[in-house]
Amino acid sequence: MKEKMVVQGFADNVDARNRKAMIWHVLFQASTIVGIIALIALMLNIINGAFGYVAYEARVDPDTLAVDGTSIEDQSKEQLVSLLQATLSRGAYNTLDKAKSFADRSREEVYQLVVERIVKPQVVQVWNLWQSLTQADAIRATVAQDHPEAELEFVSWLNADFVRRPQTSESLTAGVRTAILGSLWTILFTILLAFPIGVGAAIYLEEYASDNWLNRIIQTNINNLAGVPSIIYGILGLAIFVRTLEPLTSGEVFGLVDPSTANGRTVLSAGLTLGLLVLPIIIINAQEAIRAVPRSLRNASFGVGATKWQTVWSHVLPTALPGILTGTILAVSRAIGETAPLVVVGASTAISFDPNSPFSKFTTLPIQIYQWTSRPQDEFRSLAAAAILVLLVLLLSLNASAILIRNRFSRRM
Amino acid sequence: MTANNHSDHQYVMETHDLDIYYGSFKAVTDVNMKVERNKVTAIIGPSGCGKSTLLRAFNRMNELYAGTSIKGQVMFYGEDIYARDVDPVEVRYRIGMVFQKPNPFPKSIYENIAWTARIHGYKGKMDELVEGALKQAALWDEVKDKLHQSGLSLSGGQQQRLCIARAISIKPEVILMDEPASALDPIATLKIEELMQELKKQYTIVIVTHNMQQAARASDYTAMMMLSGEGERSGTVIEFDVTNRIFTNPKDKRTEDYVTGRFG
Repeated sequence: MKEKMVVQGFADNVDARNRKAMIWHVLFQASTIVGIIALIALMLNIINGAFGYVAYEARVDPDTLAVDGTSIEDQSKEQLVSLLQATLSRGAYNTLDKAKSFADRSREEVYQLVVERIVKPQVVQVWNLWQSLTQADAIRATVAQDHPEAELEFVSWLNADFVRRPQTSESLTAGVRTAILGSLWTILFTILLAFPIGVGAAIYLEEYASDNWLNRIIQTNINNLAGVPSIIYGILGLAIFVRTLEPLTSGEVFGLVDPSTANGRTVLSAGLTLGLLVLPIIIINAQEAIRAVPRSLRNASFGVGATKWQTVWSHVLPTALPGILTGTILAVSRAIGETAPLVVVGASTAISFDPNSPFSKFTTLPIQIYQWTSRPQDEFRSLAAAAILVLLVLLLSLNASAILIRNRFSRRM
Repeated sequence: MTANNHSDHQYVMETHDLDIYYGSFKAVTDVNMKVERNKVTAIIGPSGCGKSTLLRAFNRMNELYAGTSIKGQVMFYGEDIYARDVDPVEVRYRIGMVFQKPNPFPKSIYENIAWTARIHGYKGKMDELVEGALKQAALWDEVKDKLHQSGLSLSGGQQQRLCIARAISIKPEVILMDEPASALDPIATLKIEELMQELKKQYTIVIVTHNMQQAARASDYTAMMMLSGEGERSGTVIEFDVTNRIFTNPKDKRTEDYVTGRFG
């Protein structure tokens, strides 16, 4: 381009301005890259833990338990029960029977018990994925030398059985079914509480509340509540749901008390506590979405003689819904990952029965992960890594379904 | 409000000493004007003189803006629409409004009209009502094959006519139009103006416009608004007369300056 004539008082600084813009451009790009690197490191770390060689020794060789050439894997439930009865002490057998009578247990559950109580495979050492891939020969040599009895196997700690099996104390037979179901039950009550109340409060605050000191205080407090540490909600939940409302949250008033749960430490209490935790987030996001509905749309509705409610229901809410759902997705994602408040509310550390009602004892995936990572043995860290992958998949699939619903609503308009 | 039987009233709406406030700021002062039945009454004046504010006070739309209040009276067939026992929803039902920016609902063309009729409890044949309203708004031929497409898929001019169809579908007695053609091109503007001539046979129209040719062409009466007063200036109607006289023989010097383009 032909050089611009220099006008007095103006500097010829286009190049300098472009250079400055370039520096910012690079800085912003660098921050994005740092974030991505952190994310990749996290994923690699988890995957590294979730796969690898494991060496284990069985206390009782399963082959010796075969009856008439039928290995225990193929035996009937009755055969397995009698095996347990014969091998375990009377006391131990009765305790198991009392926890859940053998008549009620499925064959699969009884088989698990046989493996756990009689075969007792013990992990002697685990290696992570990186070690397993790079030092396979050294690992084989070590096992052959140090643990000649042990079997060495490359396992994916994350597998179908892991997802299907209930929680146990043995690393080789532990699963996360109890925790997955616990998380799903809990989150169900969280959504049931927080979504309608949150959206309702947002509608009230945006559409009906007048701008006076009382409503401003309410608004400020909602904003502050969104930043309150989650453990404090746990204490609140403990005081209100577990203690004060115990007759309700334990199911006593409905005559549905779970015999193993003599108090309010139930799925319901946990769900309601997490509901309170995410309520301010849902309110704030829903308010933003409602506020973003253009005035012209409200005018159009009022201008044809619609009432406030008709305007809100037919125009404001449908238009705001994608935004409201986005906020809810974020809030529910946070609730699924919460651990601290549930520890306070009283998540069970070891239960092997699926939650089957709002009044069941429960554990959730993050609680399970926390339990496993705090164990000293290496193999539990591998289990934790696998459980984290399950949690991520659960979270992503819940989000994906919420996004599908949201897009369906957006397309209708 | 009383029933829809006012054949003895020549003036559909009247204002008496109307002041309009935003908080403590007096935006419009002392307006006295009459809106004659089956005529088009235009409100003209420079930007920021309170034309739209005045228009919104005619069907209590101003109440949707926080902090607004009025003094004086706005009479509709001899009844004050701001009286304590009058429901603003009913006021807006009977005094419809078309806005500056076309604002169809984000629904289908059909639903734009059907929803409006339905909220007022319309129980008749919906297809006929929709067709009738669209025909009256001179839009039927352009949209009859795509009634179930979104109202937002139409062009600006078509959207505005859809808004007019929506407004007249519930048979209001007065239609307030707030610069209905200001966002449209000259051809779409012409269509809206022709439409107004057609509509005034059945309805009474009050229109705010920036466009003086439009007021001169399309209106029967014109109210000239301007900021006046010392200190904090407030909009008021400085002259209200038959349109022809406003444009050819105004009494007020400021009106003459404005309509001849020497001012504003």
